[in-house]
Amino acid sequence: MLKLDGVSKIYRVGAFGGRELKAVSDVSFEVGEGEVVSLIGESGSGKSTLGRMILRLASVSGGTITLDGRDITSLKDRKGYYRQVQGVFQDPFSCYNPVFRADRVFAMIKEQYFPQAGADEWRKRVEGALESVRLDPGNVLGKYPHQLSGGQLQRMLIARAVLLDIRLLVADEIISMLDASTRIDVLNLLADLRARGLGILFVTHDLSLGNYVSDRTVVLRHGKIVEMGRTDLVFGDPAHPYTRSLLASVPRLHAKWTDALPEDMAEDVPCAYHEAPRESRTRPGLAEVEGNHFVACSGCGASKIKEKA
Amino acid sequence: MALNVTDLRVYYRTLRGEVKALDGVTFSVADGEIMGLAGESGSGKSTLAKSLIRLDGRMRHVGGTVELDGRTMPLSDDIGMDRFRFREVSLIPQYSMSALNPTRKIGKMVGELLDSRGERPDRAELERRLELVGLSKDVLDRYPIELSGGMKQRVVMVVSTLLNPSLLIADEVTSALDVSSQKAVATTLLGFRDRGLVTSMMVVTHDISLVYQIADTIMVMYAGRLAEKAPADVLVTAPRHPYTKQLISALPEVGVRYEDRRLTGIPGNPPSLLKPPGGCRFRERCPLAFDQCAEQPPFAEVAPGHFVACWKAE
Amino acid sequence: MTAVPTVRREALHFALRNRKLVVGTVIVAVFLVAGLAGPLLFDHGPNDYVGPPMASPSGEFWFGTTTFGQDVFAQFVYGLRSTFLVGVLGGVLAAVVGMVVGFVAGYRGGWVDELLTMLTNIVLVLPALVVLLIINAYLGVRSIGVQALFIGLTSWPWAARAIRAQTFSLRSREFVDLARLSGVRTPKIILREIAPNMSSYLFLTFILLFGSAILIAASLDFIGLGPTEGVSLGLMLNNAARWSALQLGLWWWFIPPGAGITAIVGALYVMNVGLDEVFNPKLREM
Repeated sequence: MLKLDGVSKIYRVGAFGGRELKAVSDVSFEVGEGEVVSLIGESGSGKSTLGRMILRLASVSGGTITLDGRDITSLKDRKGYYRQVQGVFQDPFSCYNPVFRADRVFAMIKEQYFPQAGADEWRKRVEGALESVRLDPGNVLGKYPHQLSGGQLQRMLIARAVLLDIRLLVADEIISMLDASTRIDVLNLLADLRARGLGILFVTHDLSLGNYVSDRTVVLRHGKIVEMGRTDLVFGDPAHPYTRSLLASVPRLHAKWTDALPEDMAEDVPCAYHEAPRESRTRPGLAEVEGNHFVACSGCGASKIKEKA
Repeated sequence: MALNVTDLRVYYRTLRGEVKALDGVTFSVADGEIMGLAGESGSGKSTLAKSLIRLDGRMRHVGGTVELDGRTMPLSDDIGMDRFRFREVSLIPQYSMSALNPTRKIGKMVGELLDSRGERPDRAELERRLELVGLSKDVLDRYPIELSGGMKQRVVMVVSTLLNPSLLIADEVTSALDVSSQKAVATTLLGFRDRGLVTSMMVVTHDISLVYQIADTIMVMYAGRLAEKAPADVLVTAPRHPYTKQLISALPEVGVRYEDRRLTGIPGNPPSLLKPPGGCRFRERCPLAFDQCAEQPPFAEVAPGHFVACWKAE
Repeated sequence: MTAVPTVRREALHFALRNRKLVVGTVIVAVFLVAGLAGPLLFDHGPNDYVGPPMASPSGEFWFGTTTFGQDVFAQFVYGLRSTFLVGVLGGVLAAVVGMVVGFVAGYRGGWVDELLTMLTNIVLVLPALVVLLIINAYLGVRSIGVQALFIGLTSWPWAARAIRAQTFSLRSREFVDLARLSGVRTPKIILREIAPNMSSYLFLTFILLFGSAILIAASLDFIGLGPTEGVSLGLMLNNAARWSALQLGLWWWFIPPGAGITAIVGALYVMNVGLDEVFNPKLREM
């Protein structure tokens, strides 16, 4: 459904925009219908920039993003695109204009997309959407953002997206500001939406959250894909040293850091990309080490020699 | 005993009345103990941390005492507290990355800070401490903007432990960091204790799995009160308070997948602390609640070092 | 219970208890009422020769008379009227231009921002008073309206800069992104998402522009470049100086207009500080 092909983003920095900063370089992956893809990376990995490009909130510097084969940047009909693709962001409090009631986000959808809908009919639809995200309409309608909890606000934003019958949801760090006791409910909600056929791009820095909910995982570092594939393969048998070190750094509940084996993260482990046979390099810069599991070069000696030559 | 807190109450003044952010907490932190203080937003964990350093304009010390190494701390006396701050109790603030003055070189700033406390900077000792956290001594001649977030965090950590305080409070120091820097910062904290630079430590966080990595004991707060305190392993593997139990089972771990095991959160929201209900504050959301919960359960020791505020915890 | 009424009630609660705001408002209101109602007391115009020359204040002529026997009190209340008029017109015009430029530059960014910022800076560094002098001297200012127009067109830049900076920080807030994702168009986003968030700020801006317009008008009037018709506090000062009121000891001729301008502008600034405290929760604590 959604396909990114060699997508790059270049920011011009410096006094006269003279220097270039490559926030995202040559990223390609797909999100299918009813599929959750998690995009994992630390700050500065370009994961949020990718999300914003897909939502057309940032321009694309190179490559193409297509929805059903059509380039989204050349689509004239912005509104038509947003009817199919919507986003939810990290900070639920900052997504609501503090001077207005929280349900204004629904009113905005009605005004822009369903101006002809009757008030009663619309109210029913809103209530239906709220119930689908497990909120009691009576509890949240007519309230101001500061009277609601982060979890409630975040679920209202998901309900807002659901009102539009979207096909793809970009969820950018939507869990990280929520309390532990409610974040899992929002995560489960994403899984429910997926069951309804929605494609979801789940952007996160938290590996355990990404692991819990996603079918496929893309690990980004400095704007490049280092590893991607089926979530159980990427997490079960990480082939890139960066993924391994990320996994080792995640605080776990039943194992302490000191239990991790240090030699596992050593620099001189063989590079999975260069170990793999040449014909497995099916995507630019990535080798398919097993079915549906791609890995980039670990920055090993082989690539350095090649650069010199 | 390093720190003894008895029935501490600190309220916030707001237009609509007093918010009972910290409503009668009693606990102690032993010498050499690293205590993790966990809780959700509004649980009172940050209020507790702040109270031990400085009450801001809206906070009011309503009752209870805090003793550090046998001396009572005058919480509401801002000037009297100066004898304790930095020397006895030190705080690494939540946003310490932005706590550094951007127009001063690091070294100069540290000098001024020590000066204001009537201490003479010992350059050799400062450099040794920087080395301990993996920074070279030339950061002293740099401006804050030249350092990364993690480096600034470590500078602040060095500065706040320079006078070997008896108690170090780390307030959400890792929450803004990436996974890999989180680990580095947490291990550094551990190193401070192991080298004897600080006697005891309180690590305030919302992330139980992180604090589990370094803490000896974990204390869980809920709605301005204490729910449970236990050795870290016990709290994570065999919690007794229903809130702790549900909280821990709601945490997704690497390896747990939605298809295999669907986790559930805790339904409902914490009560308003403006007019909190009587009795146990978790009662509304608690699956085990019964009549006796209308009465506040004591924070009782059910096993050595394991305190729980729940009638059903025996 | 709903929040915006709460927020408003809260603002009102603090507004009524803020001494600076109350005192400033009362002073401005007294002068405003005097300017609006005062002229109705007279059956003669402000420049008519109605009394004996150089009479000191008395029951009949409260503020005395000029060298030519004009009633100073009548001139004063008429002058207040035009002073408020020039303040409102000039202030509104400057605020509107400042907002449009500030909002557009701050929201659009990029080359639009660079162009508008350049324009703003050019107008900002123009020695406004000198330009006004030249324009006034060459074109001649017939009415208060034209004077307000000139003042409005030269005093917007700092307002534009301040609004641009505020817009710039609000633009990156996520509710603006959400409005864009809802397909809302740019002008509507500025008007309905960004502007309401800085309403108190916009109000403060207007008050300051209002005060500075009064001051500029008074300066122009005093140096003889005021409107050729009508009367204003600045023109009164100009006449008093021209006919040597100071040397002749006619203190009642120049003190009322001077004190009036000082009081109004001073009260406006005090109001501004008070409003700032009301709207800014951090300052309330002080």
